[in-house]
Amino acid sequence: MKEGAELRNEREFPSGKSGQGVGARLPRKEDDRLMRGRGLYVGDVRLAGLQDVAFVRSPLAHARIRGIHVPERYRDRVFTAADLVGIKPIRAVSGLPGFKISEQPVLATGKVRQVGELVAMCLAPTRAEAEDIAASVTLDLEELPAITDMLKAREPGSALVHEHWGDNVFLETNYEVDISAALDAPIKVTREISTARQCMSPLEGRGVVATFDSRLDQLTLHSAAQMPHITRSGLAECLGMEESQIRVISPDVGGGFGHKGILLPEEVCLSWLTMRCGHPVRWLEDRREHLVASSNCREHHYRITVYADRDGSLRGIDCEATVDSGAYSSYPFSACLEAAQVASILPGPYKMPAYRCRTFSVATNKCPILPYRGVARTGVCFALELMLDLVAAEAGLEPGEVRLRNLVRPEQMPFDNITKKHFDSGDYPEAMRRALAAIDIDAIRTRQKQGTPDGRRIGVGVSIYCEQAAHGTSVYSGWGIPMVPGHEQASARLTPDGGLELRVGVHSHGQGMETTLAQVAHEILGVDVANIRIILGDTAMTPYSTGTWGSRSMVMAGGAVATASRELGERARRIGAKLLQHDPASVVLQNGEVRGVNGSVSLKAIAHTWYRRPQDLPADVDPGGLEVTQGYKPVRDSGTFSYAAHAAVVAVDPDLGEVEILDYVIVEDGGVLVNPLVVDGQIYGGLAQGIGTALYEEMPFDASGQPLATTLADYLLPGPTEVPAARLDHMETPSPYTQFGVKGIGEGGAIAPPAAIANAVNDALRPLGVELMQSPITPHRIVAAVLAARATERSAA
Amino acid sequence: MKPAPFAYERPRDLNAALSMLAAGNGSAKIIAGGQSLGPMLNLRLVQPELIIDISGLVELKRAEISGGELVLGALVTHADIEDGRTADVTRGAMRGVATNIAYRAVRNRGTIGGSLSHADPAADWISALAALGARVTLRSLAGARSMAVEAFVVGALESALHASEIVEAVHVPMRAASAHWGYAKSCRKTGEFAHAIGAVLIDPAAASARVVIGAIDTTPIVITDAAELFGGRIAADYKQRFDVRVADALLAKAGIDDAAQRHIHISVLKRAVLEAGA
Repeated sequence: MKEGAELRNEREFPSGKSGQGVGARLPRKEDDRLMRGRGLYVGDVRLAGLQDVAFVRSPLAHARIRGIHVPERYRDRVFTAADLVGIKPIRAVSGLPGFKISEQPVLATGKVRQVGELVAMCLAPTRAEAEDIAASVTLDLEELPAITDMLKAREPGSALVHEHWGDNVFLETNYEVDISAALDAPIKVTREISTARQCMSPLEGRGVVATFDSRLDQLTLHSAAQMPHITRSGLAECLGMEESQIRVISPDVGGGFGHKGILLPEEVCLSWLTMRCGHPVRWLEDRREHLVASSNCREHHYRITVYADRDGSLRGIDCEATVDSGAYSSYPFSACLEAAQVASILPGPYKMPAYRCRTFSVATNKCPILPYRGVARTGVCFALELMLDLVAAEAGLEPGEVRLRNLVRPEQMPFDNITKKHFDSGDYPEAMRRALAAIDIDAIRTRQKQGTPDGRRIGVGVSIYCEQAAHGTSVYSGWGIPMVPGHEQASARLTPDGGLELRVGVHSHGQGMETTLAQVAHEILGVDVANIRIILGDTAMTPYSTGTWGSRSMVMAGGAVATASRELGERARRIGAKLLQHDPASVVLQNGEVRGVNGSVSLKAIAHTWYRRPQDLPADVDPGGLEVTQGYKPVRDSGTFSYAAHAAVVAVDPDLGEVEILDYVIVEDGGVLVNPLVVDGQIYGGLAQGIGTALYEEMPFDASGQPLATTLADYLLPGPTEVPAARLDHMETPSPYTQFGVKGIGEGGAIAPPAAIANAVNDALRPLGVELMQSPITPHRIVAAVLAARATERSAA
Repeated sequence: MKPAPFAYERPRDLNAALSMLAAGNGSAKIIAGGQSLGPMLNLRLVQPELIIDISGLVELKRAEISGGELVLGALVTHADIEDGRTADVTRGAMRGVATNIAYRAVRNRGTIGGSLSHADPAADWISALAALGARVTLRSLAGARSMAVEAFVVGALESALHASEIVEAVHVPMRAASAHWGYAKSCRKTGEFAHAIGAVLIDPAAASARVVIGAIDTTPIVITDAAELFGGRIAADYKQRFDVRVADALLAKAGIDDAAQRHIHISVLKRAVLEAGA
């Protein structure tokens, strides 16, 4: 890795051996607060006069509202759409041609289109009393046929979620690169593959505390939000207010994963309510609301054909993908991001000469679908990697061999793939080779031949992906959605005592950015990480940003912090030169000091002079002082591509359907890691979520559109006993386009596990004639497939 | 997820509790560990007018061997049994069951009487105690009555308790020296409710067997004379003689139409049989 060596030199400049800069495994600064229970979440916000809100939610998936009956005694405590005069519905439009617009009223008008849709807002001194009021409100609903199956919803004659559309398709897309070239391939495998609808389930749910300050003429919304500036823009549009009249504060946030990336109707409702009532109001999402009424994710269906040569070389992929987008288009990502992303990333990290993908974003009577950690990549990786195992079986090759034959090679980097994704750097085959070696594929094959005494079957599975992260203007301007990331900004300010304050518009909800961004600044300025304060999560205190999503924060905000720190350092250096009575050209900033041949002056002394003893400054000092805001974009904004190979060994009990993960290996390349300890944590967390997708998490619906997993007793999340101690191996190929060569890494851990685990289960059961093509792989699905295979065998015999 | 309003009483003795229960006339609910009732209250699945907290009733916390059987007060917790704080007549069978109920936090508060009263088909005690041949004593102001555990559980979340009655104690018979015990369950994940339970108490010397297939949608299938599952007789070779077809027919008869579900139940029961030991 020749370019790596150069960048390592840059890393070592100028912080030297402080052990705090880029690459240091620093424990997280914020943990001192968070691990001692001293964090402050929305639910901890206490304001005088605060009252609680509970919502009356639709009990039906699809119905016309004939009446809302509020008991007389609660008339002044209950608010419906009729009260919300002048409030606009949430509109998340995509500029892609053919996109059909949904309007999501913040309180239902006319129709309800999902179970849990907000119908009325009930106000009381406590949540329990508000729920009592909500229970007293009765709805007169005319039930309509519910649309719950996205494939049937595409058929002519289906009932309609939005009547004026004429069908149920938000958006259809077509992408083709000469599929005809693949059709004569000797191997052709076709399957249907699907992934279940999931709930993102952060530890902390959503929550809103809204208050209005009439002196400032300002609404303050405390909200557990990943993207406070975007929330503010959306609120301003719905409320008809100026952005400066709104301040969004997102305090400590207990996990986001995409769930906290959208504008909620609850946020609009409570904003209106506090202005109407004149006192602060609060709504905290409870677990049942999260499961049944909030945002879901992941529900994909693929009809996919993979063409290959006998040696396993891919000739092409032909796919029709359908995504169940739910009832409404969510702000700002829209209802089409997921499916359109499928089309652009389905080829994965592989080379192929032919490709066709048609996608449908389908409206149903379910919660809106949101981009969950990994967005469409988890489903795409599942579909593609399961198919590659079938190709391997057809070709009589090891699954790893088929990957190695088709992965983009390091000498081809940077590489533009068949959908014009620009892979920036990396050695994909090496990651796969290391994963195969670490899992010891040969030993497992031997072990499989020996069988197990307990009747369980051993299987091994691999998967690999590459993940576009931190993609910017050039990518998002094409989507035409309400949000396009531009230059990311950061403000850096030296305080009079020599400390450093950094203001960024991204947010941290478990990513450890109060530590990692400080490491970046330390790398440039040499200020002790302990003396660097990161200010985020408040529109009044931070520069505008689209916020934290898309594994972008370290690339974008990290780059902005580095850029702002460099400019700040330069200003300090010039002041320092004056104080040292040196020519500016002859002094350097190093380890928190400006050094010349005859001496040095600390940043602390420079700051003290600027703020407290300006009389000592030279007359021609830069009047901009020691506070700078700088914008940053990578050299190319088409995104960094981190990647990882996962390998899993499982034991499957074909009679009980139980799956135990015996071993799990992840070989990951996230470019230069600012803090490998934090990255490890990201990967472990993502793995846990990936295991949830693979084996546990599913939100089923009945035919009337009722969500069936209404508590965590039914919606199963993996716990510590379900997550194995994975073995991690890091590669470090710098991105040529970013500061320090970093890449976005946040989502990756959740992408590959469902594919690796499903492949391992299928590997274990393939001798029985069993093939599972649907997530999650539950005991019931395994046993049903085993019984079906046995029945087939019997009838054949 | 907040409960509807209710009144709360914490009586000092059993009679006071029974009086409150009688006065409530069906609108009162007993709470002990609260591990099932708590969530049900929060979900407003139950909306009692009165909650009677019996956790202070010392007379329900006794555990003693009396007349050759173990008498466990209703307030004995799963953790009491797990930790060996109670006497045992089952040679560890109950301890083994208790150890694998949900999570430790649930076992610390959850009680044996509460678990039985709740009558969740997926809970451990209604299956395990039925296999062990246990009986329950129910008490009201009018007096006490006693019945077998399998008679006590009449449906999913439905017991034989009258509105004025509470479970007072569980009576577990001494496990014979020659009796083999096997207990197996399958859970989606650690601590979750089981989706299949098999419990067997097989005494080859006495040629008797009690077999329970639990965690089905309704009351467990309890076979007190299980010879038919073993080719018509119980003997030392019962493990080889276990007949899955009979079990399958029993499950089909219980209304389980799904073949995969039946297969899982049978496989779990088979495991209990194969792992049964003295």
